This record gives sequence, structure tokens and C-alpha cells, in this order.
Amino acid sequence: MTETFYEVMRRQGITRRSFLKFCSLTAASLGLGPTFAPQIAHAMETKPRIPVLWLHGLECTCCSESFIRSAHPLAKDVILSMISLDYDDTIMAAAGHQAEAIIDETIEKYDGNYILACEGNPPLNQEGMSCIIAGKPYLEQLKHAADHCKAIISWGSCASWGCVQAARPNPTQATPIHKVPGLAPKPIIKVPGCPPIAEVMTAVITYILTFERFPELDRQGRPKMFYSQRIHDKCYRRPHFDAGQFVEAFDDEGARKGYCLYKMGCKGPTTYNACSTVRWNGGLSFPIQSGHPCFGCSEDGFWDKGSFYDRLTDIHGFGIEADADKIGGTAAAVVGVAAAAHAGLSAVKRARQKGGES
Amino acid sequence: MSTDITTTPHSEEAVYVYQAPVRLWHWVNASSILVLGITGYLIGSPPPSVGGEASASFLFGWIRYLHFAAAYILIAGFLFRVYWAFVGNSHARQIFLPPVWRGSFWKELFHEVAWYAMIAKQPLKYSGHNPLATLTMHLMFVWGIVFMMVTGLALYGEGAGMGSWQYDFFSSWVIPLFGQSQDVHTWHHLGLWLIVSFVIVHVYAAVREDIMSRQSIMSSMFSGWRTFRDGKPGDDIH
Repeated sequence: MTETFYEVMRRQGITRRSFLKFCSLTAASLGLGPTFAPQIAHAMETKPRIPVLWLHGLECTCCSESFIRSAHPLAKDVILSMISLDYDDTIMAAAGHQAEAIIDETIEKYDGNYILACEGNPPLNQEGMSCIIAGKPYLEQLKHAADHCKAIISWGSCASWGCVQAARPNPTQATPIHKVPGLAPKPIIKVPGCPPIAEVMTAVITYILTFERFPELDRQGRPKMFYSQRIHDKCYRRPHFDAGQFVEAFDDEGARKGYCLYKMGCKGPTTYNACSTVRWNGGLSFPIQSGHPCFGCSEDGFWDKGSFYDRLTDIHGFGIEADADKIGGTAAAVVGVAAAAHAGLSAVKRARQKGGES
Repeated sequence: MSTDITTTPHSEEAVYVYQAPVRLWHWVNASSILVLGITGYLIGSPPPSVGGEASASFLFGWIRYLHFAAAYILIAGFLFRVYWAFVGNSHARQIFLPPVWRGSFWKELFHEVAWYAMIAKQPLKYSGHNPLATLTMHLMFVWGIVFMMVTGLALYGEGAGMGSWQYDFFSSWVIPLFGQSQDVHTWHHLGLWLIVSFVIVHVYAAVREDIMSRQSIMSSMFSGWRTFRDGKPGDDIH
């Protein structure tokens, strides 16, 4: 039997005092009350570690990069103590056939009990040939692993929505995990972001292993605890938004004073993520704090909405790239000119008729 | 030599078309749309940045507040108007139910188009809306406003947050339906221009009809009475 978390932690020389501190910190980061700390401790003392297969499809590894920077809890605690990360080709010691053998071993040993963590997505065109893992299309590996898993975590915008490789015109037909045809109908939790926030990733794992279920999800399958509010709702620059104080150019007075970045195309008002509360790099900063507008990396299809620096986004299907104001303004102008021309013609016609009558 | 001034005596029939609640709604609705259109445009393209302490001004807050307040007035008005379509006179139902299943509706609509193309010499005579007006109001106004109310409440629900009725009844399904929040914003923005186009057509047609058609238009929306320029029978579909 796999060791419990507590056994592993003690073996690593972590004191019981530190262990309990970790439990209460984890409870706090999950938004749970202090009474949940003993519950987390109990779970860690008694439950075997959850085996996790972390597969990589079409991706850039930014999710892994983010994950290993988690501070609360530390990624090493998660990987070494909380889960049994059986396979992750980026950070595992084994390579080649040895590494690939672990996948089959895990699937066999923990059939129906492991978690499949997907970083990246499979391309469907050319029978998946645009992403080959160990000589086989990633699509096959993914389907095989999904058939036997307990649940799937879609890490990042690639697995959740498609991200850059699925941007128009999407030549390889990169497809997010939940849309892959023929995939076993397993519960999927989406943790979007490019990458997702490290603490959000580790907290999701902690929640799953503590309570043996997914946290509450919204309609799109994202954990409500991190994705129920927009960046805008908790942005520290919000008072400048309400006051009407905007940055008009990156080098203007407003930018130096830290005004709202709305006019610079900030997607904070349309982006569901926890950046403005949890922030990045151990709570150090987040894009808006460093003076750059949010470009909505955790939203579906954010690459296809036109400029990152424009609030009015591109609308496709008119032959040209145009935003709502260009299309709508043109339509209204055409209607206005048509009405004016029609009015002129009507007046001429009426004058002629009157002239004929007299 | 005696000057003989003769006028053809004619009795002018007047029909009570727009009941008081309909007229009141029309003007409240028109005012709301004016406020919504201007503030809506400014929300998309904010006015120049103001200086000073953030606590000293609430400019964008006020613009948004006016937008939301006018939106609720419009929604309440629209719900009342739908209610009035049930309890009011037959004219109150017209823009909600264009009789598209009738051949005569399309025939008369074609005649109206010919009148606007300056092919037909004379328009038909209606105490209510003509078929072209009925269809335009139904498609551009009724459905346009329904679209704006639904997408608007969905966007409002995002700020009100999960658990608010706006979120639960609108944001929760409208936003995934369009893809994501940004798309709903874009479509709501396009809706603004649809309404602007409708307003141009509506005002122009009302003025033109008032001058050139066979019945009163503008004054009717103030007094409720439709008066006619000739005594010939009307062409209403009833």
C-alpha cells in the first residue's frame, strides 16, 4: 500500500508541529474555516497518496513552470508528500522506455483510481500526427489514460479552452480535453490560465485529496473558489475606474500614478481568475500591478479577440477585421445617409406633384 | 363680381389609437433609450481621464449608474408594455404580433415598400401601423430590446456576482452561450448600433408619414388620436 501523506512527511523530517501548521495554512488558502484544519490533518494521516499521471500534449510547459513555483503549499510538498506524481515527463528522473512503462504500470495498478492531469491538448487533424509522444499520437495516449482514470484535471487554457495552438485558423485542429471526441466521460475540472496561478493549481489538488471530490464548479467546469469573480471585481485600481481616471498612454502621467488600465484594453472586466486576490510569485504582484493591462489569458479564445490593447474586440465573418464600433457605426451611418437621401427624393417628388396640381 | 369661395365639406373621422399608458410608455422608453445609448457608448469609449484624488470624483461610476438606472426603468416599462398588450386595445398588440401568416399582410407590406420606393402613387390608409412599420418595429425594436435586456442583465450579473438573481437567471447561461464575457460585451455593443439604426429609421419614417401619408403620426403619439386626410375607408387588417 502507498504511504500516507503524513508518513511521507515525517520520513522527510517534517515535525508534527510543521505538519499541523501546513494543514491550517492549506485550510486558509482554500477559504475554509479553522475547524477544517484538523480534517485536513486527519485526511493526510490516514489516506494513501493519490496517484497522478501528468500528461503533456500540445503545450509550452508554462503550467508546470507555474506549478513548481507554488509557495502555499510549496510544490515540493505537493509532489513529494501529498500526491504520488507517478508520471510527469518534464520533472521525472526516468526517461525513454522506462518513463513510458510507468504509465502502463500506473494504469494497471490503480485502474479507476488515479487522477489524469492534462497539460496541453491533442491535435485531431492528420490523425493526431502533430503531437507524437513515444512514437504514438498524444491523442491515443490521452484516450487510453482517460479510459482508466478517476477524474481529469484540465491544466491551463490549452487543456481547458484550446489556447494559442487552437487560435484561428487552427491548422492542426487542436482541441480542448472536454471536446475530444470519444474521450471517456470522466468528470473534468478546468483550471484555465496561461499559466494558471501556482497556488490555485496546488489548492485544487489539495482540495481533491482532502475531500476526495472536486471543489464546487461553475457551469463551465471551473472551481468557483478561484474563478467566481472577475479580475476587475477585486482590482486594487478599481477606485480609479469608478472615478474616471484612466491611463491614456503607457508613458503618461496616469500610468505613473497607477490609474485604471481600462482604456489600454484591460480585459479585467471580462476575465474570471484570482490574480487580483492571490496574485503571482508568492503574492508579489500581478500584471495590472506592474502597469500592464490584463489580456484575459484564462478566458476562452482570448487569442482570437483582436488586439490585447483594445477593449473593442475584433468580430470575424465580415471579410475584414472590424470591431463593434466600426461595424455598427458604419451601419448607422449608411441608414442615416439613406434616410437623408430618401427625404430629399421625397421632397422633390412632392414638390413636382404640387407643381402639377396647381 | 362676387367671389365664390367653396370648400368641399368633409367630416374627418378620428380614431383613438394609442391609449394613455402606451403613450406614456413610448416617451419613458424613448428617454431611457437616449440615456442608455449615450452612457452605453461612453462605457465602451470613456471620456478623457480626470485628474485629482480618486475619492474626489465618481465620473465613470455615475455614467455606469445612469446606464443601470435607465436600464431598469426600460425593463420595468417593457414588462408593463407586454402586460398592456394583453389588457389594452387591439393596437397595443400590433408590434408584438405581426400577422405574418396572412397573405394580405405581405401584399400590403409590398405596397408599402413600393410607396417608399416612390413607385406606388399613394399609400394605403391605416389607423394602426402599416405592415412595414409593424414588421420593422417587431424585428428591430421588440427583439432588439429583448436582446439588449437579456445581454445587459447578463453583464450586470457579472458585477452583482454569483447568487444574485441577475447572475443566476442571466449571466449563468448567457455568457457560456456566447462563449465568454468579452463576446457578450461585443454583441451588446453591436446591439447599441442596431437600436441607433432603428431610431433613425423610426424618426424619419414617422416624420415622413406625418407629412406625406394619409393619416396623422406624430401628434397621435401625444394625443392618442389618429386623424385622416381623406374620408375614404381604411385598409387596416382586422
